[in-house]
Order: sequence, then C-alpha cells, then structure tokens
Amino acid sequence: MNQPSKTKRTILAAVIAAACAVSMGSALAQGKLTKDSLKIGVLSDMSGVYADYGGPGAVAAAKLAVDDFGGKMFGKPIEVVSADHQNKPDIAKNVTLQWFDRDGVMATFENLNSGVALAVTALGKEKNRLTVVTGAATARLTNDACQPTSIHYLMDTIALGNVVGKAIVKDGGDSWFFITADYAFGHSLEKDTGDVVKATGGKVLGAVRHPLNAGDFSSFLLQAQSSKAKIVGLANAGGDTVNSIKSAAEFGLTKNQSLAALLMLYTDVHALGLNTAQGLYLTEAWYWDTNAETRAWSKKYEDRMKKKPNSNHASVYSAVMHYLKAVQASGTDDTTTVVKKMKDTPVNDMFAKNGKIREDGRHVHDMYLYQVKKPSESKAPGDYYNLKGTVKGEDAFQSMEKSQCPQFMKKA
Amino acid sequence: MNEIFGVPIQALMGQLTIGLVNGSFYALLSLGLAVIFGMLNVVNFAHGALYMMGAFVSWMLLQYLGINYWFSLVLSPLVVGVVGIVIEKTMLRWLYQLDHLYGLLLTFGIALIIEGAFREGYGISGQPYELPDVFRGGFDLGFMFMPKYRAWVVLASLVVCLGTWYVIEKTRLGAYLRAGTENPKLVQAFGVNVPLMVTLTYAFGAALAGFAGVLAAPIYQVNPLMGANIIIIVFAVVVIGGMGSILGSILTGLALGLIEGLTKVFYPEASSTVVFIIMVIVLLIRPAGLFGREQ
Repeated sequence: MNQPSKTKRTILAAVIAAACAVSMGSALAQGKLTKDSLKIGVLSDMSGVYADYGGPGAVAAAKLAVDDFGGKMFGKPIEVVSADHQNKPDIAKNVTLQWFDRDGVMATFENLNSGVALAVTALGKEKNRLTVVTGAATARLTNDACQPTSIHYLMDTIALGNVVGKAIVKDGGDSWFFITADYAFGHSLEKDTGDVVKATGGKVLGAVRHPLNAGDFSSFLLQAQSSKAKIVGLANAGGDTVNSIKSAAEFGLTKNQSLAALLMLYTDVHALGLNTAQGLYLTEAWYWDTNAETRAWSKKYEDRMKKKPNSNHASVYSAVMHYLKAVQASGTDDTTTVVKKMKDTPVNDMFAKNGKIREDGRHVHDMYLYQVKKPSESKAPGDYYNLKGTVKGEDAFQSMEKSQCPQFMKKA
Repeated sequence: MNEIFGVPIQALMGQLTIGLVNGSFYALLSLGLAVIFGMLNVVNFAHGALYMMGAFVSWMLLQYLGINYWFSLVLSPLVVGVVGIVIEKTMLRWLYQLDHLYGLLLTFGIALIIEGAFREGYGISGQPYELPDVFRGGFDLGFMFMPKYRAWVVLASLVVCLGTWYVIEKTRLGAYLRAGTENPKLVQAFGVNVPLMVTLTYAFGAALAGFAGVLAAPIYQVNPLMGANIIIIVFAVVVIGGMGSILGSILTGLALGLIEGLTKVFYPEASSTVVFIIMVIVLLIRPAGLFGREQ
C-alpha cells in the first residue's frame, strides 16, 4: 500500500541530497582562499588609555561579525586574531609583520592611534594586505599618507571639525578659543576646526597647548575664560577631554561660554556622568539608540561585553562584515580584488546607510551632531544623546577635489 | 602697571591661587611618602595606587551602598589603611634589613597589580563621582571664580598636613616613633611595641594617600591610572623637599604647585616638565634636598 510513497520519498531524498552536493560543490569551487582558513587581525590598545575606546570591545565586535557571517568562508573557518600594540607604532609594526608573513593574516582592523595607523597602513601596502583603520583620526590617512590597500572607516579630524565647527558657528558661536593637546593629533584638530570656523565667518581668538595627560586643567580653563571667546573648543581626547569638561563645570566657565568637545565618544560621556556633561555638543558617526537596527545590534554586543558599544566598536563590526561579504562576492581573498569590491559596493548596514568607500580609501557616510541630555531627560541607562543634526557624508568629509592622496591625484 | 611680561595681573593672581590648590594636593601626597620613608626607610611606589584606591573606594561606597562623601572621607582612608596593614604585615616587613631597592621594587609591583586589577574590573575611562551639593558654586574673588570645593581642598589638606607634622614632631607618640626608627632595639627594651608602631605608621601613610584620593574624586576622573599619573611628580616633590623631611615635603608641595601654575601662564607646554627641571637643579646644588639632612 505505502510502497510507492516510500519509493517516492527515497527518490526525493536522493534528489535533494544530490542537489545539495552539487550546490556545495559549486560553492567550494566558487571561491578560493590562499590558506586553509581566512585569518583577520584586530590590532588595538588593549590595556592603555584607549582600551575602552577600542580594545577588547573591538575584538568582540569583529568576532560578532564573523559569527553573524556564519563563521566559514568557502567551507573553511574564519579566524580572528588580536594583539595589544600598547600605543607604540614599533610594536604595532612588529605584530602586523608577523601576522602578514608568518600567520597568513589577510586583513587587519581597528588600528587605533594615529601613529600606529600610519605605520600599519604603510606596511599593508608593502605586503599587499588590507588594513582598515577605524579608531585613528588623522586625516593624513586619506591624504599624503593614503595607501591603495587601506580604508579609513569611521571618521577623521576634518569631519569632526566640519560637523561641530559649522553647526556651532551657524548657531551664533562665532568666536573660538582652543584648549589643545600638544601633539600632532591636537594640532591638526585645532587647525582643521579653526579653518572651518574662519571659513564659516567666525574668528579664532587664541589657543593654549597643554601636555598630554595634563592632569589638572583649571589653569588652562582660566586662560580660556579670560579670552572671552563664546566657544571653547577642546582639541584633545580621552581623559584630557573628560578632565577639561569637569573643571569647566566646576569653575563656572559654562555660565558665559559653551564647550565644544571635538573628539568625544559615548564612553567618555558615560565616564563623565550626565550632570557634568549635559549640554555638550559632540560629533559621532553612530549612536546605539538611533533606530531598531542599531538597538538590536547593541543588544547582541551588550550580551557579550556587558557594556554599551561606542561608534568605534560598531564600525569594526561593519567593516569586518563588509570585508567578508566582499571576499565572498569576489570568490578570492586576493587583496587588490577585494579592495576593489569593497569600494564598488555601497555599505548598507546598522552602521551606515549608503556608505561609499572612495578611491582614496575614505569611507564617506553621514555624520551626526548630538547634544548630551540633561539628567532629567535621560529615560534609561545609556540614554545620553539628543540628535541635533545630520550632516551628509559629502559635506562632513573632505571633498575629493581637496584630497592630496597621490594615487587619486594621478587619476584626476 | 597692570601687566607683568604681557600677562594681566588678574590672570596671574588666578593662576597663583590655582597653583596653591594643586600644591596642597602635592603636599598631602608627598607627606604620606615622607612619613613612610622617614620612619620606615621604604620608598613607597605603591602610593599612587593607594591614592587611586581611596578615590575608587569612595566611588564604590556611593555607588553600591549609597554612603555619601562625608562618611567616605573617614571610611575610605580606613579601608586603604587596612590594605596598608596587609601589605606591611605580609610582604614589606621582610625587606627592612635589605637595601632600599627591594622595598621600591616590591611596592612598584604591588602598584602594578592593584592598578591592573582595577583596570580589569572598571575599564580605563573611569567613573564619575558627583560633587556633593554643599560644594556647588563658588566665590567671586574679583580676579577669578573660586569653586567652593577647591577652597575646601586647600583647607582640608592644610589641616591634615599640619596635624601630622604636629603629631610626629611635637608629641610623645611622635617621639616614640622617631626614636623607634633611630634605634629600634633600645626603644623596644623600654617596652614599646616597635613592630606594631611601624605597621601603624605604614597604614597611616597609606590612609593619607587614600584621603587625598577621596578629595580628588569629585574633581578628577576616578580612573585606575590616576595614581600612576601623579606619583612621579609627587616623588619629585619629595626628592626636592628632602627625602623623609615632613615639613620639607609640605612646603615644597605648595611651592611647586605655585611654580607649576606660573609655568602654565608663561609657557604651558613645559608645565609638566618644570618640576623635574627644578629637581635636577636642587639635586646638583643640595643633593639631600632643600630640607633634608646630609647623612
């Protein structure tokens, strides 16, 4: 009675199995890896001043991307290796060299700290491996120091200055005084923002340069106070910014003047507390509480890290995912092919909508101006920002015409 | 004449006042170091870590137990003092007979471990400690706005510094202590429990660091590296003042705060270096420090 149906089922099963085998076989034939696995590296500051900014959170984000991708490329495993560069370019170079030469790492991500980023991207060019920079801010990465094998994913000093500078000058804050960290990053942030302020019709009254990790900022704030500038721009980062803001609140600077933090992240606001940070303007590429997509991703991240992600962590996830998809689509892990694919494909995920990686390696995507909420406005833990404006990618980042990237200049 | 070298006198007055505030921090921290070195002959590199711990303990008390600033001001130094006792009883006491270098290495290692543990647990960006409401606002001094809290810091550290100096130099207990360092065997023969006294001295030095940490919590970021950043300067202060000289470390702390304040006006880039330049000059002219005794 049920003999025929059994035969039918067997045949069906055989057909399905065959189909699977064929499709799997073709999948295997579709792509090829140089090694037995696809290895990617996450290089960051794991224990120093920038460890909360990138660090273990960046590694977790990269692993999350690999897991979401399925953990395999052309049937072979994808591995994430990571290392602590201690903010020292020489250590960063050694680790990366080992990764490329001995371990067969095909691409490295994060690479925060501008000094590290410049060293590592140069090495990537030499060894023809992909280097994606997220955490470092220097705009040199897509100008005089740009590399055909490197992508600058998150933001740069020009975009930071552009967004905050333009928005605040238009809002009436037309006289500026800078408190600047006395090293390359601070100087370029001060200069880039100052240029924007002047171009928008404002003026720069002066600046004071403080040593890195200055500790006490009251003295510098007093100088900013006596400058009578409407806006005090903080061209520094991390603990220095946090301490400047704390002292500014304490010394009553915020009564007559406003503060603009030029590089400030979610993690810094968290460290300050809303009472002190409220009212502060800042530029970010991403914020966890933007829409359902960002919230869902943050939830996944938080389950692993027990902390909310910042924009850098989100960008690492996005960059790794974009890379893996590009490898899959091009059927090879050959750097030149994959980079071309990454530049040809728009980025559309929870980090960026219609993001475009330009010829000079700049990932152009929208940037946001946020203002830190008052404690009374914050409804839940981590509810810190009010969106004040969205700046289109092409307005936020340096235009192609101004780019000094040699490979791009040749084409123009 | 309302300018000196192009700097308005008003601004200068402001900077000097701030210098005094920072100086009182230096004084408080270097005092603890001076007490420990003067009495125990130990170069306590864990001082910065203990200072950080003081700030963190008061943050934890507020965060987890809801205990406010005023109680922290007493409780945190006590907790840090107890940690000091543990360090002294279990590790430090075996090193007194050896060269200074061993104590230095041990305390340096302890500092790294404590900082590492806090970094692992609380991350690097630090935690916010809200200013108590009483201290919101400040006084208008005419030439500057003086936050109430900073005025309190100066007052509190001066009282603690002078109190410590008085106890050690002018009371019977202080006399025992000094005698105990000079000749432990003889003092013990008179029935004074010298090892206990030494333990308590280290605990007291640690508690002073913890106290400075509580004072610092509302104005600086409570973060695991806060001690590592300040300890080097404080060591310079102690060296300039003369290792182990209590009055020397208090006065030098205040003076260097002022000098640093002035540097921040005239050449801010050098403000983190100026203390060390002075240290080099002092060591060249008076190797034992300004208030130290030649041995």
